[in-house]
Amino acid sequence: MPKNFFLKSTLVAVVIILALLYLVPTIGDGKLPAWWVNTLPSDRIRLGLDLQGGMHLILEVETQKAVAASVERSSQELQRKMRDDNIRAIHPQAGKDNTISLVLLHNNDRAKLEDLVKRDYPDYAVTSSQTLEDGKIQMVLQLTAKAAKHIAEQASTQALETIRNRVDQFGVSEPEILPQSEGRILIQLPGVKDPQRAVALIGKTAQLEFKLVDDSVNPATVTKATLPPGDEILDMYRRDHASGRVDKEPIVVHRRVAMTGATITDARVQMDSQYNQPYVSVAFDSAGARQFADITTRNVKKRLAIILDGKVQSAPVIQEPITGGEARISGDFTMEEARDLAVVLRSGALPAPVKILEERTVGPSLGQDSIDRGLLSMLVGFCLVVGFILLYYRLAGLFANLALLLNLVIITGALAAFQATLTLPGIAGIILTIGMAVDANVLIFERVREELRMGKTPFAAVEAGYGKATLTILDANITTLIAALVLFQFGTGPIRGFAVTLSIGIASSLFTAITFTRLLFDLYLHQFRPRRLLI
Amino acid sequence: MEFIKPNVNINFVGNRGKAFIISGLLILMTVVSLFIHGGPNYGIDFAGGILVQVRFTQPTDAADIKKALAPLGMDQSLVQGFGDKKNNEFLIRNERSGLKLQGLSDRVRTTLAKTYGQGKVEVRRVEMVGPKVGKDLREKALLAIFYAIVMIAVYISGRFEQKWGLAAVMAGVLVGATLLVQALLTAMGGDEGIAMVLLILTALVVTVGACWLLKLRYALGAIVALIHDVVITVGVFSLLDKEFTLATVAALLTIIGYSLNDTIIVYDRIRENLKKSGKQPLGETINASINQTLSRTILTSGTTLLVLVCLFILGGGVIEDFALALLVGVVVGTYSSIFVASPVLLLLPEGRPMVIRRSEPARAAAVRPEPVAAQAASTQVSAGKAAGAARQKRSKKSPRKGKRR
Repeated sequence: MPKNFFLKSTLVAVVIILALLYLVPTIGDGKLPAWWVNTLPSDRIRLGLDLQGGMHLILEVETQKAVAASVERSSQELQRKMRDDNIRAIHPQAGKDNTISLVLLHNNDRAKLEDLVKRDYPDYAVTSSQTLEDGKIQMVLQLTAKAAKHIAEQASTQALETIRNRVDQFGVSEPEILPQSEGRILIQLPGVKDPQRAVALIGKTAQLEFKLVDDSVNPATVTKATLPPGDEILDMYRRDHASGRVDKEPIVVHRRVAMTGATITDARVQMDSQYNQPYVSVAFDSAGARQFADITTRNVKKRLAIILDGKVQSAPVIQEPITGGEARISGDFTMEEARDLAVVLRSGALPAPVKILEERTVGPSLGQDSIDRGLLSMLVGFCLVVGFILLYYRLAGLFANLALLLNLVIITGALAAFQATLTLPGIAGIILTIGMAVDANVLIFERVREELRMGKTPFAAVEAGYGKATLTILDANITTLIAALVLFQFGTGPIRGFAVTLSIGIASSLFTAITFTRLLFDLYLHQFRPRRLLI
Repeated sequence: MEFIKPNVNINFVGNRGKAFIISGLLILMTVVSLFIHGGPNYGIDFAGGILVQVRFTQPTDAADIKKALAPLGMDQSLVQGFGDKKNNEFLIRNERSGLKLQGLSDRVRTTLAKTYGQGKVEVRRVEMVGPKVGKDLREKALLAIFYAIVMIAVYISGRFEQKWGLAAVMAGVLVGATLLVQALLTAMGGDEGIAMVLLILTALVVTVGACWLLKLRYALGAIVALIHDVVITVGVFSLLDKEFTLATVAALLTIIGYSLNDTIIVYDRIRENLKKSGKQPLGETINASINQTLSRTILTSGTTLLVLVCLFILGGGVIEDFALALLVGVVVGTYSSIFVASPVLLLLPEGRPMVIRRSEPARAAAVRPEPVAAQAASTQVSAGKAAGAARQKRSKKSPRKGKRR
C-alpha cells in the first residue's frame, strides 16, 4: 500500500461524511426525524436577502438633533431655575452650536447665574458675556464638546435599542440589527412582506409631547410678529371623512412642554364606539401619572394639544382632572396606523430622527427566480466542464470529475456548517469555483503528461507530477485567496457572500484536487499496475 | 486529447513589441473612453440614487412608465426592459442628485400602483443609496483594489525572490503613506473623490517604481499585469457603457486574484528553468517557459471561461454584468500572463549590481549564473559601480534587439 494511505483515506472519508451530514437538512424537505435533530446538525443553508427576499436598511441617527433637543430642554429648565433663584433675565433661548443665550437685567445677578450654571449645569460653560448699552448683560452658555459627544453616543445606543424593540414587535423571523461606524445602524429583515410599513414603523421618531393650547390667541390671524413670547404655531391635521382629503389648520400652543411620552409604560389600540374610530390609549408609570394628574387638575377647561413628531394629533378640552394615569390619543387613524402607533409608543421614542441612507429590497418572487437561474447555470456549467475534462484526460479526467463533485458537496456542507449566508453572487462564486477547481488538476495532469513524455513509468510520473505541481498550485490559489479576503473586508451582504463561497471553494478545491485525486491515483496504480496511463 | 502540441515553440518574447503596442492601444482605448464618458459610469451603489425593478401584468413601455413617474420628478429616469420581453419587466434608474430620497421607494410604489392599478404592478427590487453612502463606497472600493494589488505584490516578491522583509517594508511604507494622505485629505475637505483617484494612481506609480528600483522583477511583472488587466476591463466596461456597481468591483478584485494564477504558473516555470538553463539568455528561458506552460494556461482559463459563459447566458439579469466583468477579466488576464507579465521581466536591465545585492553576493551569483553577475559580485565597490554603469548601457540596448542569442 502507498505511504500514508490509511491516514489519507480516513481523512477523506471523514470529510465526505461530515459534509453529507451537514447537507442533509438543506436537501431534505425540512422534516427531519426527532433523533436526527437531537444528535446531528439540523441547520439549513442560510439564504441571503437577495435569494429569499427581504429588506436591507442603513439608517443614520441624526444625533445632532438629539443634542439640540437636550440644549432646548436645558434652556427651558434654566428659565424656571432662574426664576426660583430670583435671577431676572429675558428668556433664555437655545441657539446655534449648542448655545443658550440670555440677557441679564442686572449686573449683580451675574455671579448668581454663574453659580447656578456651575452647580446645576456642569456640562455648560459661559463662553461670552458683554455689557449692553443699557447696562444689561448679554450672556452665552455653550454645551461642552465632551458633553455633546456623550449625548450623541447615548442617542445612538438608545436608538439602536428602540429600533430593536420595534422590529421584535413587527414579527420578522431572524432580523439582524447591527450598529455600524459613525452612528449608523444596519437592519436586515429577511422575508418581510410589507416593506413600506416596516420603514414607517422603524423610521418613526414617535416623539410624543403634550403642550397647552393658548386660546387667548386667534390662530387664524396670528403672525410671527403678533405671537406672544413663549408661544408657537403648530399644524393640526384633520382628515375629512367624506372626501378623504387631509387638511391642516394652525393652532397656537405654549412652547413649554407640559409633558413628554417618556413615562409611557403601555399603549394599546381601542375602538371608539361613538365614532367607530380607533384610538390609542396610553398608560403612564406612577411618576408620569402624577404629573399628568397635576397638569389636568390645574388646567381644567383648557385644551391640551397632543403632539406626535411635531404634528398636533388632537387638542381635546380637559373636562376634568385625569388621575388614572391614562391618556387617549385620538386622531384620524386607520386601524393599521393605530396599531403601528401603539407599537412605536410602547417601544419608546427615538431620541432623534433617523435618516435612511440605503435601502435595498428584494421581493420573494425575484429571489426564487435568482435561485432557479443560479442553479441552472451551475448545473450546465458543471456538466460542460465535466464532459470536457473527461474527453481531454479520460481516466484521469474521471478522477478530476469525482473530485469536482466532492468539492461541491464540501462547499455546500461547509456553508451549512459555518452558517454562512448564501447569496446570488455567492452562487456565482460556487460556479466560478467549478471552473477554477479543475485548474489544479489540469496543472497536475499536464505535468504528469510531461513526465510521461520524458519516459517515466506511470508510478514515477504521477509521483513527480503531484510533487512538482503542488507548490505552483498553492502559489496560484493563495493570490486568489488574498483577493477574496480583501473582498470580504470590503463588501457587505451579497458581495461578502461571494467572498465567502470563493474562499471556501478555494480551500476545499485544494483538498479535493490534490489529496483526493492522489488517493484515487494511488488506489488505481496499486490495484491495476497499468503499463500505460490513460491521461 | 491535446490542443497544443508539447513541442510548440512560438516566439512570444521576440514579438513582445507588438504585444506591448496592442496593450498600449487597449489602455489608450480605456483612457479615451473614460474621457468621452466623463469618467466611469457609476451605478447607484456609487453615485447614489434609486433603482426599481418592476413587473407589470400587462404590456407597457418605457415612455408610459416615465410619464407615470413624472409627478415624482422622475421623468428623466432611465427605463429599460429587463430580461425576456414577454415578462413586461423593467428597470427604472435615477441617479439625479437633487432627488429627495427619503421615502422615495414608497412613493414610486404608490405612484405606479395609481397609474396601472392596484395589483397590476409588482415591485420586485428596490435599491436606494444615499449620496453619502455612495461616496463612501467609492472610496472603499478604490482602497480595496489598491490593497489587494499591494498585498499580492508583497506575496509575489516574498515567494519568488525571497525578499519578504524588503517587500513587507515597502508595502508598509506605501500603506502608511496612503493612510496619512487620506487622513490629510479628509482633514482638508474639498473634492475627495478626485483626490482619492489621484492618490491611488500615485501610490500605484510609486509601487511600480519601487519594484523597479529594488529590482523586484517578478513583483514588477505581476503588478504591471494586474494594473493592465484591471484597466482594460474597466475600459471594456466603459466602452460598452456598463455601470460600475459593487458587483463590478467584486469582479475586479476576483480578476486581480485569478488572472495572476496563470502568471504564477509561467513564473514558476521560469524559476525552475533558470536553475538549469546555464548560460542561456533570460529572454530565451522566458520564452521556453511560456511555451511549455501554454497548454495549461489555455486549459485552465478555458474551463473557467466555460462556466462564466454559462453564468453570463443563464444566470439572469441580476448577475449578468458581474459575469461579464469576470469574462472580460479572465480573457485579458490570460492574454497578459502570456504577452505582458513575462516579457516585462526583461524590462529590467539584467544583472545590474544593486546596493542591496552587494550584501548577498553569493546568492546573486547563484540565482543568475552569468559571468557578468558573478564578476560584479566579486569586484570592489567602486569598480562594481563603473562596471554596472557600462553593463547598464549594454543591456539597455539588448532587449530592443529582441532575441539575444
